[in-house]
Amino acid sequence: MFMKDLVYLPGVVTLSLCEDTCNGCGMCIKVCPHEVFELSGRKAHIVRRDYCMECGACALNCPVSAISVNSGVGCAAGIISGYIRNSEPTCGCSGSKSNCC
Amino acid sequence: MKSKYITGNIKVNDLVFPQVSTELKTPDFLGAVMVRWGFNRDRYLVSPGLYAVGSPGTDSDVFVTANYKLTFDQVRRNLSGIDGWLLVLDTRGVNVWCAAGKGTFGTEELVKRIKSVSLEKIVTHKRIILPQLGATGVAAYRVKAETGFNVHYGPVRASDISKFIHDRYRADRDMRKVKFSLTDRMKLIPNDFLYGKFYLLGAMLVMYMLSGISARGISYRDFSGQGGPVLLTVFIAYFAGIVLTPLLLPFLPGRYFSMKGFFSGMLVFLGFLIITSSKLNMVTDISWFFIVGAVSSFTAMNFTGSSTYTSLSGVRKEMKLFVPVQISFATIGIILQVIGKLI
Repeated sequence: MFMKDLVYLPGVVTLSLCEDTCNGCGMCIKVCPHEVFELSGRKAHIVRRDYCMECGACALNCPVSAISVNSGVGCAAGIISGYIRNSEPTCGCSGSKSNCC
Repeated sequence: MKSKYITGNIKVNDLVFPQVSTELKTPDFLGAVMVRWGFNRDRYLVSPGLYAVGSPGTDSDVFVTANYKLTFDQVRRNLSGIDGWLLVLDTRGVNVWCAAGKGTFGTEELVKRIKSVSLEKIVTHKRIILPQLGATGVAAYRVKAETGFNVHYGPVRASDISKFIHDRYRADRDMRKVKFSLTDRMKLIPNDFLYGKFYLLGAMLVMYMLSGISARGISYRDFSGQGGPVLLTVFIAYFAGIVLTPLLLPFLPGRYFSMKGFFSGMLVFLGFLIITSSKLNMVTDISWFFIVGAVSSFTAMNFTGSSTYTSLSGVRKEMKLFVPVQISFATIGIILQVIGKLI
C-alpha cells in the first residue's frame, strides 16, 4: 500500500554536517535509514533533516568526522528509566524485559 | 545437544563448521510466536560463531548477523539457494538494530569475532556483508583498519539479500529505507501490551479503590454495578493507547504520540458515552474524559520506543511538553471522580 513516510517533530534533531570537511565518499547515504542525505557536487547535503532519528550511523561511519549528531534511543520508556537511574536514556533491550527498538 | 537448525558439518581448509538449514520448521515458527508474546524472550539466542549455509568455499560471501534467534532465522531463511558463511556476533540475544544502538553489534565485537574465527584463513577475499542497520554500531573504516576486511552494508531487510547480491552488492534506495507498515506495527503490539502491565494494574487499582466511595461511606460490595465497569473503562483506555494508536498511527492527527494517543482515547471515550448514556452524572462523565485521555496519551507515548522514526531529541521534547499535561489530566480526573461520587 502506498503511504507517505512517517515523520516526527519538526526542527528538533541535532544533526549537523560540515560540508567543507566532507570528502564525498557517500557512506552517510548508504547507512541512513531515512534518506536524510543526498550527494551533489561531490559533497553530501542534508536534504530531509526532520526525518532524521538520530541513530548515529552516519556520524560513526564518516571517515573524516564531518557529521555530528547527539545520538540515542528515541524511546519514552528509555528516557523514564534513564531519569530514574540518573543515567543516559537506555531501553532495556539487553537481556531484560523490554518493548524497545 | 545439537540444535535442530544444524543439519550437518562442512570441512574447509581442515576446519569443521556447522551447516545450518535454510528452512524454518514448526519449532522455529512456534518460537517466534512465543517471543512476540514475551515468553522466553531473554533466552532466545544462538551460539555466536561462524556457520555454513549451503556448501560454501573460500570465495563465498560472508554475512554478518546478530545472535537473536528470531533474526538468525530470518537471515538463514533468506539465504536459501546461496552458498555462504554466516558470522553470528554475540549481541546477547538482541536484534541487529537495537544491539547496534547499544554497541553490542559493534566494531569491537565484529573485529574480535573476525579474529577469533580466523576469517582470513577461511575465505580468500576481503568482503563482509553487514545488514545496513548494523551501521549504528559499526564503523566500517575502523573494521578495515583493524582486520583488513571491507564492510559492505547490505539491505535493511534480509528478504532483499538475494536481490542485493544479484545487483552486484548494491542496495538501492528502496532496500536502504526503513519502513513501518501495518504488519510491522502489529507484530510489536503484544510485547508493548505486556510491557505496560504495571501501569495498567496501577491505574486499575487506583480507580477501583475510588469506585467504592459514596456519600454513604466506602463499600466494595457492588462489583457488577461499580467496580467492574470502572476496571473495564481503564482497560479500554489502555487498549486505546497501546493497541489502537499503533494500528492507526499514520491516520491519527498530530505528530506527537501523546496527541495520537489522546485521539484514540477519545474514540473509545465516545463509545463509552454511548454505552453508559446518561446513567452516570455529568461530573463523572467529565472525570472519565480526563482519565481516559491521560491513560491513553501516556501509554501511547511508549510506542515511540518501538517506532522506527522517532529521535531522542524529539521524544525528550514531547515528554517535557506532555507528561505535565498527562499528570494534570489524571489529577483532575481523580478529583472529579470523587466529587461525582459524593454529589
